[in-house]
Amino acid sequence: MNQGIEVVGVYVDNQDEALEFYVGKLGFRVHTDVRNGDYRWLTVQHPEQPSFQLGLFVPGAPMQDAATAQQLRALVAKGAMPPLVLAVSDCRAMHAQWAAKGVEFTQEPVERYGSVDAGFRDPAGNGWKLIQSRG
Amino acid sequence: MKRQILDSPLTQPTDLPSQDPRLLRRLLRAKDRMDAASDEAWPVERLASVSGVSQAHFARSFKDAFGLPPHRYLLTRRIERSTALLRDTDLPITEIAFTTGWGSLGTFGRTFRDVTGESPGAHRERWRATQHSLALVPACHVQAAHRPDLITAVSEKRRQEADGTKEASTKATKEVP
Repeated sequence: MNQGIEVVGVYVDNQDEALEFYVGKLGFRVHTDVRNGDYRWLTVQHPEQPSFQLGLFVPGAPMQDAATAQQLRALVAKGAMPPLVLAVSDCRAMHAQWAAKGVEFTQEPVERYGSVDAGFRDPAGNGWKLIQSRG
Repeated sequence: MKRQILDSPLTQPTDLPSQDPRLLRRLLRAKDRMDAASDEAWPVERLASVSGVSQAHFARSFKDAFGLPPHRYLLTRRIERSTALLRDTDLPITEIAFTTGWGSLGTFGRTFRDVTGESPGAHRERWRATQHSLALVPACHVQAAHRPDLITAVSEKRRQEADGTKEASTKATKEVP
């Protein structure tokens, strides 16, 4: 088997909305979507990266108590979670395509030292950098 | 001198009313807009309308959410950006002042010195004299790391330095933007 990082999750406030965003707008694919009562394990994948799953998780039971869940929701909504980086081959083209679909860009594409980057947020507040590396 | 701002006692927020995540998400939008265009003017009515919050509540809500009043936040972004331009470009300081949103060179120079402890020109020279190796970190995060941590208002800091004391930090928590 291959060793390495398989799933990394982000907290979102609404999994249906997150699914619509990551799959419907960004073009990711659903890897796993299973429910057990109110709990829903939902992961998506970048179409060109089959070995990695991005988990879209909602704070709350059974993992957190209500107060903790509320704090996590607040942190996500304030944009306080760690930055996420998506590597792309053409930042400007991706920006144009996704902006047309209503993705909330926080920074237009900017060229710095030969690389081009832009910034956007998912509906929950998680911040992404879209980076086209030099060369 | 340069790092004096960081020496202020940290005021730990306790028992802050928890804000609705939906409100926080909208406040974040105002913060994002300032980030994207820190050179522009951001009167409260403009920020409040981005967030869909009343003007009366915006500044207080923003401070509760992000720990500092909206206009001080804007100031940190302008200083951060002017710092980057001083380091990475050969633009004249006057041009940097106007590009980053200050109305005059004098205001820029004074505020920059109050916040960072050195003049824009001195900062540029000192930076050029040192080697740096941050090329592997995305540029925006490098810049964020150089953002001034303005726990107290600039006016408060001026007053403290004039008084030779640093005891006024409790006032900073009650200060209105």
